[in-house]
Amino acid sequence: MAKITLDNLAHSYLPNPTSEDDFALKELNHDWDDGAAYALLGASGCGKSTLLNIISGLLHPSQGRILFDGKDVTHAPTAERNIAQVFQFPVVYDTMTVHDNLAFPLRNRGRDEAYVAQRVQEIAKMIGMEDMLRKKARGLTADAKQKISLGRGMVRKDVNALLFDEPLTVIDPHMKWELRTQLKKLHHDFGHTMIYVTHDQTEALTFADKVVVMYDGRVVQIGTPEELFEQPEHTFVGYFIGSPGMNVLPAQVEGTTARVGSQTLQLAGGYKPSSGKVEIGVRPEFAKLSQTEGLPVSIRRIEDVGRHKIIRATFEGHDINIIAGEDDRVSADMNRVSFDPGHVNVYVNDWRIAPDRSQSVGEAA
Amino acid sequence: MEKTVNQKAWFLVLPVLILVAFSAVIPLMTVVNYSVQDTFGNNQFFWAGLEWFEEMLNDDRMWDALGRQLMFSGIILLIQIPLGVFVALNMPKKGFWASFCLVFMSLPLLIPWNVVGTIWQVFGRVDIGLLGHTLAALGIDYNYTNDPFAAWVTIIVMDVWHWTSLVALLAYAGLQSIPDAYYQAAKIDQASRWKVFRFIELPKMMGVLMIAILLRFMDSFMIYTEPFVVTGGGPGSTTTLLSIDLVKMALGQFDLGPAAAFSIMYFLVILLISWVFYTVMTNLDKREG
Repeated sequence: MAKITLDNLAHSYLPNPTSEDDFALKELNHDWDDGAAYALLGASGCGKSTLLNIISGLLHPSQGRILFDGKDVTHAPTAERNIAQVFQFPVVYDTMTVHDNLAFPLRNRGRDEAYVAQRVQEIAKMIGMEDMLRKKARGLTADAKQKISLGRGMVRKDVNALLFDEPLTVIDPHMKWELRTQLKKLHHDFGHTMIYVTHDQTEALTFADKVVVMYDGRVVQIGTPEELFEQPEHTFVGYFIGSPGMNVLPAQVEGTTARVGSQTLQLAGGYKPSSGKVEIGVRPEFAKLSQTEGLPVSIRRIEDVGRHKIIRATFEGHDINIIAGEDDRVSADMNRVSFDPGHVNVYVNDWRIAPDRSQSVGEAA
Repeated sequence: MEKTVNQKAWFLVLPVLILVAFSAVIPLMTVVNYSVQDTFGNNQFFWAGLEWFEEMLNDDRMWDALGRQLMFSGIILLIQIPLGVFVALNMPKKGFWASFCLVFMSLPLLIPWNVVGTIWQVFGRVDIGLLGHTLAALGIDYNYTNDPFAAWVTIIVMDVWHWTSLVALLAYAGLQSIPDAYYQAAKIDQASRWKVFRFIELPKMMGVLMIAILLRFMDSFMIYTEPFVVTGGGPGSTTTLLSIDLVKMALGQFDLGPAAAFSIMYFLVILLISWVFYTVMTNLDKREG
């Protein structure tokens, strides 16, 4: 196990990248702590698989260094890095038995058979496949195959990190929960450094200690699930995480108030005037519908999703979402909305800015 | 669910039955007809029963031709399958050169069979052929018209030249269908090149290779044009393969009865061997699964 350091790392698939747009992965500095579980979250094509392949050594970065425990491995081949990777589509050696599949990485490294047999037993127990060891891998279900690829990664004791590239894509929904729980347990019990690439926020938020959100080749926020929810650093994080995502409204911010169209909202802190595109972001969970309090809003539609109700509404010409509890009564005459000032974030050019300390904090917080 | 019974449905099968009848059943039956009768010309036929079959089965001539045929098919399979796989493994995976190789390798497959024969017939001639003349100039005693060994080498090399591309193209298609993740996983597992071939590429190619073997076997077992153009079955009858022998008998000697009996047995042998091939290989596949 190791701490993985990315130092000024960037990658372009073009031979001579000129502008920043040419980079699939934009410059990045980050430490992956030893033994932590990370999720790499982002839409398709945002560079998360590129980053993963650079860490595993399947791809060599155009610039920057990658260090395992301080040792430069930027140009080391995959085999030397002692990385395990589980791919989107289960990779098993069809003609081998489950036992031989699990033994394969050890045998390739010339370990003696007694050790191999003992280690395979241990791993089979970990992934719950002890009674399947004699079976051929070919006829197994997708989730069993995915467990084998995981086991093949963990069978080596010197493995530095376990990488997962959207490993649950081809798994049936009811098995997804089980595998994810099992994975979390393995992380808890054995403490491997795990990096889990996904575009599914539920997967990311339930699996990881820390979620790394990527957007357009850039890491936009690294934080715990709570941080991503409460304080999205970038409008993309606000929009991508949450269901539905954050409401983002163009506004003029002056001191402790924000003007959206003809309406004025109270903010929790004071802000200096800033140039560029200014927006406020507030999650649907922190918007409240009522008959009397707040600003005028018109309801377009109400969706009852079971646990809660989602109200699709129009506020000052912008579409917004409001979440109301399942037992809250929503009626047609509820045409006012109020936003919790403590959860209204201000964004300039898509990046969150913190309230200015020199200005007084609003009373409504 | 209740099944609807409607005997008129048989009419829907009729077009297929008619087509198959004209393309296969009727021609085959005329051969069967010849094989059980004798004629002395004038379109007069006499019942001969299984006489021709007995005669052919007791005739060394057919057994010798069958032996040569099996040897020919065996040798070309042993060369073409591994060579085709080897070529496929070394072809570029993508880009301009991949397309170039594909087109370039398909060329021999597009040449009419008698032209292939003619090309090699001329190519191998000691007096004017590039190959034959070069070998002679190097002091190698090569003459396919009077040396059985040289004749065999010539028709085998010709067949390898003509058909290895087919095996290579099929194997290449099999290789292309392997997702990159397999190779990446193998790298991570530190698998050697041989193990990548043995445990990833070969199993994934098995399906297409089965088809390649079957196709090459059936085709080579029925081969006629190319060796006939090059050697005419000679020197002597050393390169007289089954269909060359059959044509000699049916058209050269006009022994319609024996030739028809020969044809039927020939057909049954191909059917039998292909069936055995197919059964063995699909069972192999199932047992592994």
